[in-house]
Amino acid sequence: MSKKKNKPLVKRRAIREAVLHGLARRRRRDRLLRLAGIGAIVLGLSFLAVMLVSLVSLGKSAFWQTHIRLELTLDPARLDPQGNGSQASLAAGDYAGVIKQALRARFPEVRKRREKRELYRLVSSGAAWALRDQVVADPELLGQRRAFWLLADDEVDQWFKHGEAGGVRLSERQRHWLESLRAEGAIDTFFNWAFFRNGDSREPELAGIRGALAGSFYALLVTLALSLPLGVAAAIYLEEFAPRNRWTDFVEVNINNLAAVPSIVFGLLGLAVFLNFLDLPRSAPLVGGLVLTLMTLPTIIITGRAALKAVPPSIREAALGIGASRMQTVFHHVLPQALPGMLTGTIIGMAQALGETAPLLMIGMVAFIVDVPQGFTDPATVLPVQIYLWADSPERAFMERTAAAILVLLLFLVLMNLVAILLRRRFEKRW
Amino acid sequence: MSLSMLFLLLVAYALAAYWLGRRVVLGRVDGDARRLHSLPRYHGYRVALLAGLPPLVLLVLWLAFDQVVIGHLVMQSLPESMRALSEAQRSLLLNDIRNLATGNIASSAPDPALTAAVEHYRRLSRWSNMALPVLLLLVGLGGLGWGLLRVYPGLRARASVERVVHVLLLASASIAILTTLGIVLSVLFEALRFFESVPLGDFLFGLEWSPQIAIRADQVGASGAFGMVPLFAGTLMIAGIALAVAVPVGLFSAIWLAEFAGARARAWIKPLLEILAGIPTVVYGFFAALVVAPLVRGLGESLGLAVSSESALAAGLVMGVMIIPFVSSLSDDVITAVPQSLRDGSLALGATPAETVLRVVLPAALPGIVGGVLLAASRAIGETMIVVMAAGVGARLTANPLDSVTTITVQIVTLLVGDQEFDSPKTLAAFALGLVLFLATLLLNVLALYVVRRYREAYE
Repeated sequence: MSKKKNKPLVKRRAIREAVLHGLARRRRRDRLLRLAGIGAIVLGLSFLAVMLVSLVSLGKSAFWQTHIRLELTLDPARLDPQGNGSQASLAAGDYAGVIKQALRARFPEVRKRREKRELYRLVSSGAAWALRDQVVADPELLGQRRAFWLLADDEVDQWFKHGEAGGVRLSERQRHWLESLRAEGAIDTFFNWAFFRNGDSREPELAGIRGALAGSFYALLVTLALSLPLGVAAAIYLEEFAPRNRWTDFVEVNINNLAAVPSIVFGLLGLAVFLNFLDLPRSAPLVGGLVLTLMTLPTIIITGRAALKAVPPSIREAALGIGASRMQTVFHHVLPQALPGMLTGTIIGMAQALGETAPLLMIGMVAFIVDVPQGFTDPATVLPVQIYLWADSPERAFMERTAAAILVLLLFLVLMNLVAILLRRRFEKRW
Repeated sequence: MSLSMLFLLLVAYALAAYWLGRRVVLGRVDGDARRLHSLPRYHGYRVALLAGLPPLVLLVLWLAFDQVVIGHLVMQSLPESMRALSEAQRSLLLNDIRNLATGNIASSAPDPALTAAVEHYRRLSRWSNMALPVLLLLVGLGGLGWGLLRVYPGLRARASVERVVHVLLLASASIAILTTLGIVLSVLFEALRFFESVPLGDFLFGLEWSPQIAIRADQVGASGAFGMVPLFAGTLMIAGIALAVAVPVGLFSAIWLAEFAGARARAWIKPLLEILAGIPTVVYGFFAALVVAPLVRGLGESLGLAVSSESALAAGLVMGVMIIPFVSSLSDDVITAVPQSLRDGSLALGATPAETVLRVVLPAALPGIVGGVLLAASRAIGETMIVVMAAGVGARLTANPLDSVTTITVQIVTLLVGDQEFDSPKTLAAFALGLVLFLATLLLNVLALYVVRRYREAYE
């Protein structure tokens, strides 16, 4: 052949040397790329880890709350002003006075007015309310003298939890009193039920997430009740009935685009349409739920269509072949197969809605609301907005509450996603 | 009667109608369902739809519009002098009337005309509250009667039920269109009113943003400048920092996951990375403000740099972490979609795996990656909570990432949260900013979808 006649342009040995010469460098580059990939993943995951760890370490102390033990004399003359032991009379009693008296009795050396005021400030203003509830529920307590654990002020709480670094606003005298209380074991932390039982408050030790949880619950209920049927119906129409033409193309592009519109724009829509045009109530979970519905619908429709697409055509053909109508085919045979996938999408959409903050700021769900909302039109706030509000507060005690509320929010999100994953595992079919 | 109660009653009523419809049609054929054209349950569905759907539609419309109609009627009844007020004052007046009628304190002392209006408002509300259940009952009974009377064995109940369901499905699908339309119209409408008081040119090209408007004529320090260039620059800077973090990290992760990772590592690491996208943004905002911003500031100061406590860098870094999954997931998808034959060809020619990835796979996947980056950029521009909590509110035109800047979304929030009067340019400016934001993200999204789609077609 002609190959033998022609001399090679480059000698084989030269090629070999050139390749070997570059090989080390090329292998190094290969390792470098792998390292860069691993490094990027480590970077992203370690940020996640650092964030979660610092949130837990910040927030875990909020689940325990400091209380002070005091010997209280439940004097009937003070606590039962009408003397008949009735609910109304007991409710009107001077419980704060009883607590103050007990504090004076515990620290008899305190005489000056200013010092007394400092002393009273060790105990939260909420302690008197808690005591009242206790006595009203159990009038037998009247006239007794016994020890009660009273809710401490947030500064005391921070001092007890974090030592000198916390409770920066405590005076020298107050620290001294607290030291003596601690020495006799009259100051301790208990699980913070109030955090889950109370609404918002200006006093950090009384502030809880119950109101925000209720608001989130009502808003999500509206969202679920609207977006699940609407999303499923829209997905069914687009996937099973819509003719393939420019109009459905347009709807499809539209839905994909809506899924990527910034959430705050949905808030503007809610403000302009629901509040200003339709005059629906401000700060209401109903309106919040409507806005979140519009936001989550694209997610549900997109996952719903994917779930319907995954059902093989043979199912439809079999049903149509034995005489089912198109509607019967879809509702009796296709939809049951696709429903787990659709539910998974719905749960993921709900999880998004639960964490959403910005659009709800626009429709006035940022108000300071103490009462726990009782219905869909009561003024309310939601958990992420409560986090935003607390994050803005200067008190140190609110910082740990913010982190604790975040932990609760993340817990709910983890649970929802777990359910979604389990649903997928349990019902996913490979055809 | 409470709202949830009404809905529950309606549902119960529809269930009863279903049962009745079934019973009646079966009664006509002496229980022999074979003589019916449609199955008995379709007759039940038909009656339930006839009896339940019209009241439901009526109820929703009534709830949506009764306040609007009542407000309008009350305004009509007011004396001429009050009706001549500007729109803003009229809405304030209506608010007063509402507050008085529900027993709250109003912002102005009531005068006789106002008291009459309050009385009128109360009367109308009472009338509305009474008329609603009555009307619902009438419409519902009418539907039920019609459905039960017009039934006969040969009735094609299934066909009519399916027609209604078809229409309902179509209506649900068109809600997406309505939402877009609603966004465009509401934002556009308010923005146009804003441009009546502030010229479009000043808004788009003005270099100063200070939305404080004088309420009294003698107030100082209230200039009211609405130039959005500093906001846009701030938004771009923070989004740029975020992309500078997210694109390399996301891309290298995607390359490793798609080309080098084993199946088990991939199955664990991919969902873990995607957690980053599932964490609520308010959490990132808290973390950015509490941990990252002081860290950046401390680092900068140890290097002798003056760092603002609300630096663009801190907000941008955290936002970058948030959008890593947007880059990595989409890039991963397109990299795995590159046909194996391309890789095999390259490897067979003696290229190392790294050379194959960088010179063959990545160029083939580039359009998809660009699409992913565009989507991530649109996310970064529209992101609100991180910047609200960690970036500044003062508009400053600067190129220094250690300085504090503000963004479009931050301004929308600060303009609209808290007490505001509607119709002031300050409030309307938020809608103009919303329009800009919507258009910018729309452009990016459409571009991204276009790029991704074109690329997908190349290998299918």
